[in-house]
Amino acid sequence: MTPQQMAAAVARRYPDVLVARDEVTVVVDREALAEALAWLRDEPALAMDFLSCITATHWPGRDPALWIDYELRSIPLQHRMRVKVGCGEGDAAVPSVTSLFATANWLERETYDFYGVVFEGHPNLTRILLPVDWDGHPLRKDEPLGGVPTWYHGTRVPPIDERGMA
Amino acid sequence: MSAGAGHRGQGAAFDAAGDIAGGFRDPATGDYRQETMIINMGPQHPSTHGVLRLLLELDGETVIRCTPIIGYLHTGIEKNTEYRTWIQGITYVTRADYVAPFFNELAYCLGVERLLGIDVPERARLIRVLVCELNRITSHLVGLATTGLEMGAVSVMLYGLREREIIMEIFESLTGLRMNHAYIRIGGVVMDLPDDGPRKIRDLLDVLPARIDEYETLLNDNPIWRERNEGVAVLSAERCLELGVTGPVLRAAGLAADLRKDMPYCGYETFDFDVPTRTEGDAYARYRVRIDEMRESLKIVEQALDRLMRTSGPVMIEDPKVGWQARLSVGPDGIGNDPEYLAHIMEESMEALIHHFKMVTQGVAVPAGEVYSTVEAPRGELGMYLVSDGGHRPYRVKIRDPSFVNLQALPDVIEGYLVADIIAAVSSLDPVMGGVDR
Repeated sequence: MTPQQMAAAVARRYPDVLVARDEVTVVVDREALAEALAWLRDEPALAMDFLSCITATHWPGRDPALWIDYELRSIPLQHRMRVKVGCGEGDAAVPSVTSLFATANWLERETYDFYGVVFEGHPNLTRILLPVDWDGHPLRKDEPLGGVPTWYHGTRVPPIDERGMA
Repeated sequence: MSAGAGHRGQGAAFDAAGDIAGGFRDPATGDYRQETMIINMGPQHPSTHGVLRLLLELDGETVIRCTPIIGYLHTGIEKNTEYRTWIQGITYVTRADYVAPFFNELAYCLGVERLLGIDVPERARLIRVLVCELNRITSHLVGLATTGLEMGAVSVMLYGLREREIIMEIFESLTGLRMNHAYIRIGGVVMDLPDDGPRKIRDLLDVLPARIDEYETLLNDNPIWRERNEGVAVLSAERCLELGVTGPVLRAAGLAADLRKDMPYCGYETFDFDVPTRTEGDAYARYRVRIDEMRESLKIVEQALDRLMRTSGPVMIEDPKVGWQARLSVGPDGIGNDPEYLAHIMEESMEALIHHFKMVTQGVAVPAGEVYSTVEAPRGELGMYLVSDGGHRPYRVKIRDPSFVNLQALPDVIEGYLVADIIAAVSSLDPVMGGVDR
């Protein structure tokens, strides 16, 4: 199945589909997320039976500010697809898909740890890579890096996040 | 406090302070059980492949519950890349799974190349296949050696690391380094094979098959080895897919899922090799699959080397806006800047110097967009989710490391079994904590 054929098959049900660089991206509402992943998994023509990855990106000042990204793979049909859900900074919450894919457990915990996205219905939504008493969600773009300026012969070299390089 | 504070303590395994160290509570009564024992295995335990901590609830020798606690090696690789150029990102991602560094570099560079819409020269593609398959062998040898050590078969550890050393020397002469090579670059590889590279690889091809036979003679029917591994840590193919487990663990359960065949990259579809599988899904089957995969990798290495002999041309894309122009070369004191190139920018061409300066300080501007680039790493599907906002630095680099996802299966395969089986289970999953924690 070519990416265009996949996109056409999905668009009948979820019209917000984009094909770029031969990768298919489907954008769904967060209310429809669990239903969409279950349909993609069970629809024989697509058979997205394997959840590869969950992660997020943070775009401060945009709407939506957080995009949650689900990378799906079909083991029998050997193709891929991406499902994305947007949400705001203030209500960063999406339904957990742990009941559909057991692998989502740790992947959702990591996304919560790094971005503060709450996965509603997750059995144990706690930090996974950072210590439990860590404050904040460090992969958000507005988290301070905590760097200190350096002085060299009276010249101030700012920390890396203030250098404005490139 | 952060947004997360309100969500602590949701799980049964956490006490009020959100600290798991207190142990487990009985799900029925909410009290700590008195008749069982809570034991921390790790984080500094010789058989935890680095710094993995397992919180175990034991009833005698039986594991009732197992909770892996990870993050001790977290170094913020993904965040770091956001403050470096796309080219510098290679030196960060290579450090994730440090036992298989070439795969990290390859997945990242394939992703950036897809964002840029470029293709690499044929010779570079062959060298990439060559180093990756050699790296698959070293990675499986480390897996075999550490498993041997943990099972008490110290000679297997010595043999495995001895053979790995031959390949590490090849890597050293190819890239100048034994690990963290940053050899695969955006648009190709940083330098061509050294003159004696092909000979060293031929020597390896002569030596290694017999050595692999030796491991099999030593272990395949070894009663202790079979006793410790057979029927241990069994995971069915269905459960593997639910848990996201890939690589030799999945193939040992009977499913021939391999990205080199399923979604070929780097021209793998043109190589002749098989995907070994077994059906038992236990620790022993994983050992056998890894052994067979080493032989298949040798087949690919031989084909790649033969083709390299017939393929000439550059190893880096010629487009000066993308390709890294600075060449390295091997001198008597190791690898350094190529004297010819240095003379060119320092003495001959001001334009070349300006271009060099811009490439080093700013690097490549990558068109906005997102890709998910995958390769079949020794431990399974290694994915890089790369997002660019059109600038010179990555907006987001997410490493989907197979060790992280596979380790999630550990409680599944160990709860209800004996403490001693944990050792076989962990080493058969073969996690590398650098990849788990990133």
